[in-house]
Amino acid sequence: MADAPDVLVVGAGPAGMAAAWRAAQSGLRVTVVDDNPAAGGQIWRGGPPEAQAWFERIRSVDVQVINGARVFQQLRPGTLLAETNSGVCELNYSSVVLATGARERFLPFPGWTLPNVMGAGGLQALVKTGLPIEGKRVVVAGSGPLLLAVAAYLRRHGAGVVLVAEQASVSQLARFGIGLLRHRKKLLEGWELKKDFSRKGATAQSKTEYLSSCWVSEAHGTEKLEGVTLMRGAKRWCVACDYLACGFHLVPNVELAELLGCSIESGSVKVDAFQQTTVANVYSAGETTGIGGLELSLVEGEIAGLAAAGKHNAARELFPVRAEQRKFADLLNRTFALRGELKVLSTPQTIVCRCEDVTFERLQRYTSWRAAKLQTRCGMGPCQGRVCGGAVEFLFGWRAESVRPPVLPVKIESLR
Amino acid sequence: MPETVTLVVNRIAVEVPAGSMVSAAILKSGVNTFRRSVTGEPRGPLCGMGICFECRVTIDGEPHCRSCQTVCRNGMDVRTDG
Amino acid sequence: MSSKTYDAIIIGAGIVGSACAAECAREGLHVAIVEAGIVGGGATAAGMGHLVVMDDSEAQFALTRYSQQLWDEISYELPREVEHDACGTIWIAADDEELAEARRKEKFYADRGVKTEILDAQALAETEPNLRPGLVGGLRVPGDSVIYPPCAAQYFVDQTLAKGASLFLGVAVKAITAEGVLLHDGTSLSAGVIVNSAGSSSPALTRGLEVKKRKGHLVITDRYPNFVRHQLVELGYLKSAHTLTAESVAFNIQPRRTGQLLIGSSRQFGVDDAQVDAPVLTRMLDRAIEYLPGLGKLSSLRAWTGFRAATPDKLPLIGPHPEHERLYLATGHEGLGITTSLATAKLLVAQIMNRETPIPVTPYLPARMAREPVHA
Repeated sequence: MADAPDVLVVGAGPAGMAAAWRAAQSGLRVTVVDDNPAAGGQIWRGGPPEAQAWFERIRSVDVQVINGARVFQQLRPGTLLAETNSGVCELNYSSVVLATGARERFLPFPGWTLPNVMGAGGLQALVKTGLPIEGKRVVVAGSGPLLLAVAAYLRRHGAGVVLVAEQASVSQLARFGIGLLRHRKKLLEGWELKKDFSRKGATAQSKTEYLSSCWVSEAHGTEKLEGVTLMRGAKRWCVACDYLACGFHLVPNVELAELLGCSIESGSVKVDAFQQTTVANVYSAGETTGIGGLELSLVEGEIAGLAAAGKHNAARELFPVRAEQRKFADLLNRTFALRGELKVLSTPQTIVCRCEDVTFERLQRYTSWRAAKLQTRCGMGPCQGRVCGGAVEFLFGWRAESVRPPVLPVKIESLR
Repeated sequence: MPETVTLVVNRIAVEVPAGSMVSAAILKSGVNTFRRSVTGEPRGPLCGMGICFECRVTIDGEPHCRSCQTVCRNGMDVRTDG
Repeated sequence: MSSKTYDAIIIGAGIVGSACAAECAREGLHVAIVEAGIVGGGATAAGMGHLVVMDDSEAQFALTRYSQQLWDEISYELPREVEHDACGTIWIAADDEELAEARRKEKFYADRGVKTEILDAQALAETEPNLRPGLVGGLRVPGDSVIYPPCAAQYFVDQTLAKGASLFLGVAVKAITAEGVLLHDGTSLSAGVIVNSAGSSSPALTRGLEVKKRKGHLVITDRYPNFVRHQLVELGYLKSAHTLTAESVAFNIQPRRTGQLLIGSSRQFGVDDAQVDAPVLTRMLDRAIEYLPGLGKLSSLRAWTGFRAATPDKLPLIGPHPEHERLYLATGHEGLGITTSLATAKLLVAQIMNRETPIPVTPYLPARMAREPVHA
C-alpha cells in the first residue's frame, strides 16, 4: 500500500462518506474502509437515487475506498488491522473517523428464531441484495421510523405488506408528528408514506395498515414462518404471512470505538463539538455517536472530516445544522422508547441467545452479564453479543462489558 | 458486465441478478433453513448486515461463511447445513 | 458493622475454593464463601478445563491421579453444563527424542496403574488426521477428560449453599485478621478456619506467599466438530511448563463438546496486565499451526488472557499456614487447578479435621516454603 493516509475513515455509509469528502476536499490523503462490497452502509445499500449526489462527491475527490475489509484489531495506536478475503491489511493513519453505524435491536418473543423472521432492515437488505419479494405477504413490526421506510420499500417492490405494527402509542406518535412540524422535510416524507399505505399501490396487492400500540407476541410455523399473533390492547389476532420484518429501533456499533479506548455514554460514543472522541486523533460520526437519522449522520460526518483536517472554522459553520438535527434525534429516541409489555413476551423456553441457544429461564437466575455469560455462554458465540446484547440490556438491565480483539470473528491466520 | 450469475445451491443451479448476495440466492432456490442451531433448530438470515451469523453456510468448501455478506459468483458451490 | 461466626471461611469461589467449600460443607462445617467477583471468574474462567494426569514428579502424579479418580467418581452427577467429556489426551512426539520421552511416560504410568497407549506415526495420523504429516507418534491417555470449569465451580457452590452456607458475592476481602476476615464493605466474619484459595490474588491477602502470577493466552474458534478428537499437547509442553524464564509457548489444543477448539498455551512471568500480548499470541498461534496446518483457516471468536498462580516448585500449597493459627492455604495450582481441585479439597479437609490424609500431604504443605516469620 502507498503512504499512510492522513485520515482513515472506518465505514462507508453516509457519515463516513461525508467525512471522507470533507477531509479530501481539504487536501488530505483519505482512505475509507468498509466491510460491505460497495459503499453506502445500510441506508444507502445498493446506491439508491437519493444517494447519488453523495456518491458523485466521493468520486470527485481523491479518496481510496477499500471494500470487503473488516477491521478487527488495533495493532498499536495509529494502526488498525482489517481482514479481507486475501489476507490482513494494515491500516496506518494520523487521524481516524469511526463511522461504524448502527444495527437493529432484536427482542426475543416465542417463535422469533424461525426462518423468515428477520429484522426490518434485515429483510430490506435481503431484498436489496436480490431476494424476490413480489407477491409475498409481509408483516412489518417493532418500533421506529425504519418500519415505515421498510414497509414503503417492500410495497414498491411488490410485496403485500399487510400491516405495520408499531409498539409506540398513538399519543407518543402524535407528539412525534407535532414535533416533526419543525422538521418539515421529514414530516412531508412521513406523510407521503402514510398516504401511500392507505392506497392499493400499483404493484402492491393491498393497502397497509399502520397500527400503534401494537406488537407481535408470537411467530408461528414449524420449519419456517407461517404466521404471527398480534396484540393491541385487549385484542389478539393472527395473520398469515411469509416474512416478518421485525426490529426495535437501532443500537450504535460502538465496539471498535471501545477497543480504541473511547468513552462510551449511554451506549453511544462520546464526542465533543468537533466530533472528537476522548482519544486523541480519534473522531466519530453518525449513528455510532447516537441514533439520529440520515441528515444528522451527514452533518456529523462533515464536521468530523473538517475537524480532522484542522478546518475548525468551516466545521463551526455546520454546528447550527447539526443542532437542528439533534433535536430531531432527541424527538426520535423519546418517541420510540420501548414499552414494558415487551419485556414479558418471552416464555421461559424462549431463546434469548441464538448463537448458544440460551433460554430466558436460564438467564433469569443471574444478576450480572458477566456471570450469565460465563455460566450459560450467552453472548459468547460468533455474534459476540451483538444480537442478544440489546435484548439482555432491555430485559435485565445488563450492559455489555469491555471489548477485546478480535472485534469480530476472523480467521486464526489473521490473528497471528 | 453480465446481467445474471449462476451458482449452485445444494446441487441445484440458481440464476440471480449480478451483484446479488448468496443469502438471496439460497432463499430464491426455495431453501429457508440455512443452518441448524446448537440444539437443532432451523435458522435463516436475521440481520441482513453481517452481524448475527445466522446466515452461515458452506461456500466452496469453507464452512461458516456469512451468505448475506458474500456476493454471488458464477459456479459458486453453496451448501446449507439444514 | 456486622459480625458473623462460621466454622470455615473460604476466600475465593474459583474451582479450588468452591471445591473446598463443598467438601467442608459435606463434613458438616458451617461455611461462608467470600468472592470478590463472580463464581469461577478468575483463572477458572480463563483456563482450559483439562483433567489430566501428569508425571513431572511423584508428588504431582499422586495429586493429579488421585484427583482424576475423584472426578471420575462424580462425572455421572455433574450437570450437563459442565460438559464432562472423556475424550482423552494425546501427547505428541515430533521427533525421536520426544518419542523416547513418550515411552518413558508410558512406563511411568504403567508402573502406577494408569493405562496409556503408544501410537506410531500411522496410528497418530489415523486418529487425528488434521495433524501435520511427519510427526513420529504419540502417547494416548484415554483416562483424561475435559470439562467447562465455570459451571463446575458453580455446581460446587450450589452444593455448598444447599447445606446452609453463606455466599458473599461481589465483595472483596480487605484483610485476613486473627479471627477471620474483614471485608471491604466493613463486614467482619470470624471462623475457626480461614482458607485462602484466592488463586493469583492469594499473595495480596497473605504476605510472604511464594505465589506468582503466570499469564496465559487462549483463543477459541467457531464450531468445527471432529477437527480434533483428543486434547492434543506437544511433548515440548513440559519444557515450557518447566522453565522459569520470562516467556514460552507450547502447542495445546482442546476440543470442546460444542465442537469449538480451545487453543493454547503460553506462559509469561512478571507481567501484570491482562491485555492480549500480540507477539505472544502470534507465537502461540504459529506453534499451533505448525502442528495443525488447517487451523489457520478456522474462524476465531475470542482471544483472552488469564493468570495462573505459580509456586517455585510447581506444586500447590495445601495445608496450614506456618504462622497464623487459623489460616489454611489452598492455592498455587499453576496450570493444574481444575484437575487437582477435588484432591485439594480432600487434603484440606482431612488436615482441618485432624485426620490422616488420603494421600501423603507433605509435598504440598505450605510449611515447606518457610522463610522469615510473617506478621498476620
